[in-house]
Amino acid sequence: MITSEWIHPSLLLIAGALVVPWLKGRVLQGWMVLLPLLVLAALALAQPGEYGQLAFLGMELVTGRVDQLAMVFGWVFGIVLLIGAIYALHVNDRVQHVAAFLYGASALGVVFAGDLITLYVFWELMVVTSVWLIWRRKTEVSFHAGFRYLIIHAVGGVMLLAGIILFQFETGTTRFDQIAADGPAFWLILAAFLINAAVPPLHAWLTDAYPEATVTGAVFMSALTTKTAVYTLIRGYPGTEMLVWLGAFMTLYGVTFAMLSNDIRRLLSYHIVSQVGYMVAGVGLGTALALSGSASHAFTHILYKALLFMGAGAVIHMTGRSKLSELGGLYRYMPWTFVLYLVGGVSISAFPLFSGYVSKTMIVEAAAVDGRAVIWLMLAVASAGTFLSTTLKLPYKTWLGEDSGLRPREAPWNMLLAMGIAAALCFLIGIFPGLLYALLPEPVDFNAYTMSVFLKEMQLLLFTGLAFCLLLKYVGGGPKISLDVDWLYRRGGPRLIESVGTAIVTTDRTVRRVALDQLTRITSHMERKHGRDGKLAKSWPTGSMAMWTAIVLAMLLTFGVYR
Amino acid sequence: MTITELMPFSVLVPLIASLVCALLPGRFWPWAVTLAAAIASAIIAALTLPAAAQTTLSYAFGNWPPPIGIEYRVDAANAFVALLVAGMAAITLPWAKKSVDKEVPERQGTFYALFLLALAGLLGITLSGDAFNIFVFLEISSLATYGLIAYGSDRRALLASFRYLIMGTVGATFLLIGIGFLYVMTGTLNLHDLSERLPEVRDTSTVRAALAFIIVGMGLKLAMLPLHLWLPNAYTYAPSFVTVFLAGTATKVALYVMLRFVFTVFAPDWSFVVLPLSTVLMILGVAGMFAGSWVAMFQPNIKRMLAYSSVAQVGYMVLGVSLVSVVGLTAAFLHLFNHALMKAALFMAVGTVIYQVGSARIEQFRGLGRTMPWTLTAFALAGLSIIGVPLTAGFISKWYLIQAALDQGQWVLVALILITSLMAIIYIWRVIEAAWFKQREPDQQAVGEAPLTLLIPTWVLVALNFYFGIDTRLTVGGATAAAEALLSGGLLP
Repeated sequence: MITSEWIHPSLLLIAGALVVPWLKGRVLQGWMVLLPLLVLAALALAQPGEYGQLAFLGMELVTGRVDQLAMVFGWVFGIVLLIGAIYALHVNDRVQHVAAFLYGASALGVVFAGDLITLYVFWELMVVTSVWLIWRRKTEVSFHAGFRYLIIHAVGGVMLLAGIILFQFETGTTRFDQIAADGPAFWLILAAFLINAAVPPLHAWLTDAYPEATVTGAVFMSALTTKTAVYTLIRGYPGTEMLVWLGAFMTLYGVTFAMLSNDIRRLLSYHIVSQVGYMVAGVGLGTALALSGSASHAFTHILYKALLFMGAGAVIHMTGRSKLSELGGLYRYMPWTFVLYLVGGVSISAFPLFSGYVSKTMIVEAAAVDGRAVIWLMLAVASAGTFLSTTLKLPYKTWLGEDSGLRPREAPWNMLLAMGIAAALCFLIGIFPGLLYALLPEPVDFNAYTMSVFLKEMQLLLFTGLAFCLLLKYVGGGPKISLDVDWLYRRGGPRLIESVGTAIVTTDRTVRRVALDQLTRITSHMERKHGRDGKLAKSWPTGSMAMWTAIVLAMLLTFGVYR
Repeated sequence: MTITELMPFSVLVPLIASLVCALLPGRFWPWAVTLAAAIASAIIAALTLPAAAQTTLSYAFGNWPPPIGIEYRVDAANAFVALLVAGMAAITLPWAKKSVDKEVPERQGTFYALFLLALAGLLGITLSGDAFNIFVFLEISSLATYGLIAYGSDRRALLASFRYLIMGTVGATFLLIGIGFLYVMTGTLNLHDLSERLPEVRDTSTVRAALAFIIVGMGLKLAMLPLHLWLPNAYTYAPSFVTVFLAGTATKVALYVMLRFVFTVFAPDWSFVVLPLSTVLMILGVAGMFAGSWVAMFQPNIKRMLAYSSVAQVGYMVLGVSLVSVVGLTAAFLHLFNHALMKAALFMAVGTVIYQVGSARIEQFRGLGRTMPWTLTAFALAGLSIIGVPLTAGFISKWYLIQAALDQGQWVLVALILITSLMAIIYIWRVIEAAWFKQREPDQQAVGEAPLTLLIPTWVLVALNFYFGIDTRLTVGGATAAAEALLSGGLLP
């Protein structure tokens, strides 16, 4: 009998990442491509089962649990690491490469963790490695964004740890399956997962940090953090009613704010929120179809979102600008980037024949099968919004539209190659959904290419496209547009939505500034009060030391002698 | 030679070596003799632990049978602490050479002689089974420590040492008063004998007063809030190596003595009843955790910051004791061991920076992440341990502490422990921020990486922090045995 020994892909990646600082030039580039390939090979050899058991504090840790669900995420993480590494080949910053590989290793570690302790370790490692992908942009803004990112995740990490400890105390085990606890343990762990899944109002770290990350780092970030959270939700909280509504709300929240964004990567970041909303809603629905939909949507989402981030990144890399209002007319100079980006755009909009179609329709269909009209409607509306902003507005303002006078060259070959691979995969999955469905844990009884699914989707897309074309002449104006509202929200006028949006943005900004000012004031006040010569910190004279001694002694003697 | 006969030599070797050291000239030989003595002592302690975990070892000095003669009586609890003390000395001494050469350029023979005296004293306190002998060794180690602190190159070291001398003497005197009361009531000084004779006379105010005096006296040496006021200055102004050693050992031994009296000499079912010890220790422990971490967040001098962090860490240990359970005591012993590892690693990293830069002020850490990456990475990793990140030793002790609190349904304590861990993130972060995110000012001197003789020992300790965060057989096993030994009255046959 042939037994294939399990090589933990995380271990492989960590070991491989630690070699990176000593390589340079062609060798480094070769290694960056080879390492993800080795990981994919390790995944291909992995047999279902449990590996790497360790005894720790009287608990049994399972560092490697291979099952179908974990493998779905394992595969796509491996693929995106390869794509991201190729995309980053031209980058001459080894810190970034090491961080990216370690970050990938920790995401894989979370996915293959069979117990909560292992999960927690990789969960935290994921934060401290990914933050370097933000900081290596080396701007003042990115430093602060990274710091905020770190703080939010540190809070999430403490909640997770507290939840795990309570869970262990309540159930006597740390195995990670459906979280069968009630009370604080359940909620603390859920809250930590939701922070990483960027559920509003806990999403701000994502849209705050990702646009400030390095061009190549954002590709990894868009793929890994939120999707590991989706994985943990599928594993731990299937069928939690609250998630249905949260997810549906997320989809709308994301598209609305995407509509108001002017920074191309912020726009795409809001779409992560929106797309993750579909997955969260699928987890909440909890039926086999919905869970399969969530897992496969995570799979396809990673690929097309990476593609979109790569396209936007290529523009930033070549032009140095990231504002829609400063871009335009680039299609003549970056035609390949444009075409490849569009493949990502039609995928996220769930055009038939592209990957988003075969996974998103599954979740939407699951909502319909479950008889949830309102949820179904919310998801459908969000679909239209997605199409509008990622596939119509962003390309229009970037590549078509008014000529901005920029004359960039086409992106470097490695960027185009990475985007090409991602685009090909989007296309492949769109045409042969069976390839993806075969990976899923449950046999999938769903065909995306039936007339009813197809028609519903096309209606939505065509009408959105029609609305965009009709209103195109209004698009040319200011840096912000929200022409979607006419079609989306028949009852509310576009101005209302826009002003509400602006009001929210301004209020949010004011609140944050006031809070920050207050915080600064408090810390500087405390610094004065508690610094070197603060009451607690100063060097006390010997007399008062003796006094304290006397006080404590007197207290104890009073209890002891005169009781 | 049986292990019982070998055991006293872990005290005698440094004691005798200190006499030799005092006479040696130059810079190399005093250090080499000290290192050899410490390693010998550590090996003996390492051999003692497994034997003592099996059965209580007893050695009568000069063949005078106890309780008349002085007895060394070793069970899992003191063997564990002795291994920690001797082991820390052996591990940190290779680091000491360079640092001491720079900070104490002259009279190194005396310096190392004092160090060996302190080491012998601490080991003597730990191993001795005789109350008066414990007091004598306490004074030996304390007097040597005052001398060592006064070696600090900053002139404030003298004042810090003098203050510590006064407070330490008060503490030792209180211990002596307590022991005296017990002697008056029972007529014996042997701990084992005391524990047998005390039950007859313990319902007297004299014995209760003795307990109070001993707790306050050891609370002083232990730096339990509010009796910690001597510690920050002593740690800040002492030579770096002295700080490293003291932070890892001195307060730990004081905690051991307190536990030995509270749990074995007086039985816990008595001492925790006549005095509201559980409440008092819990309040003082939590207050220490908070006040220490709080003040540490604002300190401009990193050595001082770590000193306040020590006050906080002592708070964790005291909290573990206050829960009066096997898990709680295990957590206290675990933290006693793990804290020694992490604090020594941190102080060594800071000492290395002082060696290169000449100061431990936070401004001096600016930009060092780039020029001294190995030193500062060691600091950051040891910092993870003090925060309590999984895979580090610090996580293990906090895990047990939280379990102990949960066992008694003390949810508030769990929250407090987590909050103070967050405060630890802040004070460690300040250093990391300065080192990696601030540029060096133009007028600050440029520095390179530290020599390997400083880096390697530091990294060995960092590695130990991770080793004991993963393989917990020695620490958890030893701490559990120690806790059980104390709770079952380990001195009983």
